[in-house]
Amino acid sequence: MVGLNKSEFKNPVVNWIDTRLPIFTMMQNEYGAFPTPKNFNYLWNFGALAMINLMIMMVTGVFLAMNYQPNATLAFDSVQHIMRDVNYGWLLRYVHQNGASMFFIVVFVHIFRNMYYGSYKNPRELLWIFGVVLLLLMMATSFMGYVLPWGQMSYWGATVITNLFSAFPVVGDPIVTWLWGGFSVDNPTLNRFFSLHYLLPFVIFGVTFLHVVALHITGSNNPLGIDVKSPQDTLPFHPYYTVKDSVGLCVYLLVFAIFVFFWPNLLGDPNNFIPANPLQTPADIVPEWYFLPFYAILRSVPNKLGGVCLMFGSIAVLFVLPWLDTSPVRSARFRPIFRKLIWLWIVSVGVLGVCGANKPEGIWVVLSRVGTAYYFLHFLVILPILGKLERPLPLPESISRPVIGGGPLPGGAAAKPMEKV
Amino acid sequence: MRTLRSIFTGRSIFTGRSIFTGRSVFTGAALLAGAALLVSASPARAQEGVEPPSREWSFQSIFGTYDLAAVQRGFQVYSEVCSNCHSMNQMYYRNLSEIGLTQEQIKAVAAAVQVPAGLNDQGEPVQGPGTPASRFRAPFANETAARAANAGALPPDLSLIVNARQYGPNYIFGLLTGYADAPADIKMQEGMNYNKYFPGHQIAMPQPLNEGQITYADGTANNLDQEARDVTTFLAWVANPEMVERKKIGARIALFLILMTGITYAVKRKVWADVHH
Amino acid sequence: MADTSAAASHGQPGDVTKRDFLKLVAGAGAAIGAAAMAWPLIDSMNPSKDVLAMSSVEVDLTPIAVGQGITLMWRGKPVFVRHRTEQEIKDAEAVQLGQLIDPQADDARVKPGEKQWIVLVGICTHLGCIPTGNKPTEMRGDWGGWFCPCHGSQYDTSGRVRHGPAPANLAVPPYAFESDTKIKIG
Repeated sequence: MVGLNKSEFKNPVVNWIDTRLPIFTMMQNEYGAFPTPKNFNYLWNFGALAMINLMIMMVTGVFLAMNYQPNATLAFDSVQHIMRDVNYGWLLRYVHQNGASMFFIVVFVHIFRNMYYGSYKNPRELLWIFGVVLLLLMMATSFMGYVLPWGQMSYWGATVITNLFSAFPVVGDPIVTWLWGGFSVDNPTLNRFFSLHYLLPFVIFGVTFLHVVALHITGSNNPLGIDVKSPQDTLPFHPYYTVKDSVGLCVYLLVFAIFVFFWPNLLGDPNNFIPANPLQTPADIVPEWYFLPFYAILRSVPNKLGGVCLMFGSIAVLFVLPWLDTSPVRSARFRPIFRKLIWLWIVSVGVLGVCGANKPEGIWVVLSRVGTAYYFLHFLVILPILGKLERPLPLPESISRPVIGGGPLPGGAAAKPMEKV
Repeated sequence: MRTLRSIFTGRSIFTGRSIFTGRSVFTGAALLAGAALLVSASPARAQEGVEPPSREWSFQSIFGTYDLAAVQRGFQVYSEVCSNCHSMNQMYYRNLSEIGLTQEQIKAVAAAVQVPAGLNDQGEPVQGPGTPASRFRAPFANETAARAANAGALPPDLSLIVNARQYGPNYIFGLLTGYADAPADIKMQEGMNYNKYFPGHQIAMPQPLNEGQITYADGTANNLDQEARDVTTFLAWVANPEMVERKKIGARIALFLILMTGITYAVKRKVWADVHH
Repeated sequence: MADTSAAASHGQPGDVTKRDFLKLVAGAGAAIGAAAMAWPLIDSMNPSKDVLAMSSVEVDLTPIAVGQGITLMWRGKPVFVRHRTEQEIKDAEAVQLGQLIDPQADDARVKPGEKQWIVLVGICTHLGCIPTGNKPTEMRGDWGGWFCPCHGSQYDTSGRVRHGPAPANLAVPPYAFESDTKIKIG
């Protein structure tokens, strides 16, 4: 790579930069002309939305940090100072607070879309693994962020979650003390959580970059789950998908705005409006909604260590998903049994979520055990076996000719010959 | 909203053929969203308490605002009654300009109370008349003093009380009007009072508001219901002073985004017009 | 954006016009949206309401004896309030304006009828040091006012620069008499 880049940009300034550092050529190749399967549906918006959500969180977070005090005696009041005295502070704070929920909504849909259309399969396994790493980083970041307002739920959530590590024999207690920097959640804990909460988004940004690079090596999957065979199967990313992503972006921002401006505390907990009090535990400690299914898995096991292991296992199993799913067919569209079972799995996650929000008593214990069992059954038993037993539907020969054989074509879809794009 | 709905249900914007099963994907997503709402509204999040009856509040609807006359009356109730035991540490006297008090009125209100005024020449903390920049006067110097004066019970700070309780304003109103004689089967602790809506029903605070207790300057009827309503409205404003501005900006932004959704969707249709599937 | 889309267009000419118009509207909308999002971020860095609320201070003048001065904080800066003696007032008024580095009459620097009170921002106009002399025990310089220890600037009893590198007189902050014994600065 010695020598100047041959830039084709007409603008002299752009050309001068591009010959020395071909960022414009790169952008043109990766986001302008980048050949993208032509058959994406709106679920393919969610990757771009997650990226934008990360930006929103980082920008609002930087401005919030200008007024926030990471000190146990000042933190709660400094958040109220932001809400009441800083110009538009309430807006920054509510965007950041609800942005975390929006981020998880977006990322959960994004993950589900990957699972439904088998995007994690060969050759996109590494891409998927980066994605699971991103999910873990997001969880860590949001957990530490939730501690910062130093309300009752912040404090007790931090206490309960960090105490999970004490389940491990021998090393458990020293690890917990080390995490706290003391003998309980206190000022040192708050300080380090603030530091890490500021740091981790940049790590997320870096891993996202790798995630996108990996995506641009393999190219995107598509709703049919078959490989791109010819240029006729693709469209340039710009303007086709930039504009399609823009539509999704507007809808996403609308939903986001409705939360922020009209129901900013809908997904929050009243207890977090009470300053942290180490002498009094709230009646119900409930994590943020996006952790509820995992919380239910944790509580479904009567054994402390077992629960912790299962909870971590529920994420860990995602790392090996590409190898657990043995079916050679990617898209659920052509897998009649999988298509139903994936919904059953979603239902099990939803049931676990509701269980996590309720006290572990009576029916909720039973339901959370059933849900946990199915969650793991799906990955560890059903997927490996199903891939071998299921008879997939015939795959189309290409994206531009999705229907094979002599069946009647609906809606005059193939009536016209393909135009070259 | 039509555009929004069509994204979830309509075929028109999908680019696929009949083989396309994205519809089921979106139905599922909608189901999940419903489940999420169910979770957030799940009664298990409630503390151990009786759900108070729902009442109409001017500030609860999507474009609702505060009834400023009620907020001002509520401030009177707070000043005369609540503030004897409860602090309101997030509030400054200057904030009262937001509910329609003039600068002169605020100065007078602030000057009428003694607040910490730094140190004197001997280095001892002194009290002085408040200014608009002072925080609301706290009745007790610290938590220990507050507990000592209230038989061990801590009167909570009221700055965020409406947000900090399940059922918000309905709970506050229910609590203030929910005092009654204890049912025979409940054994009351020494010095406790029976309340229908307090979790556990035994509350240290004696009934704070009574019929005819407050004399309103504007001649509003001073029955218990009115007093409780006014102070609840005041407390709701104290907890969310930005609400009116927030909803106003929100309505504009929502309108703008609906418009932008329409425009980008039209652009998308045009751009994709020559792509055949 | 525009040239790529033109290359990719195949529709009727009228179609293209309509599409370009729509794109223009969408682009303008996006620009407005972005600007609207930027403003709250920028404005959040302006002084917050509690800072603004503290931007004026009231000073009780009764404890300040003739010839004495006090120093207080106003907007994070020192403010000198000095109770001038008859002699100091006379000295300040007697000066020929032509002799001054930054000519300004003493009358313009005090409130009418309250000549005994001089209120100054206690920051040397040279490079921002705090001059000495507000306490009687400190060095006041040859003109009996204030003396800047950093580079030797000297100010008279009206706070006007009389000597040294400072280019301008000590600033008089905005203030008003609330009563005979009380001023409000800011």
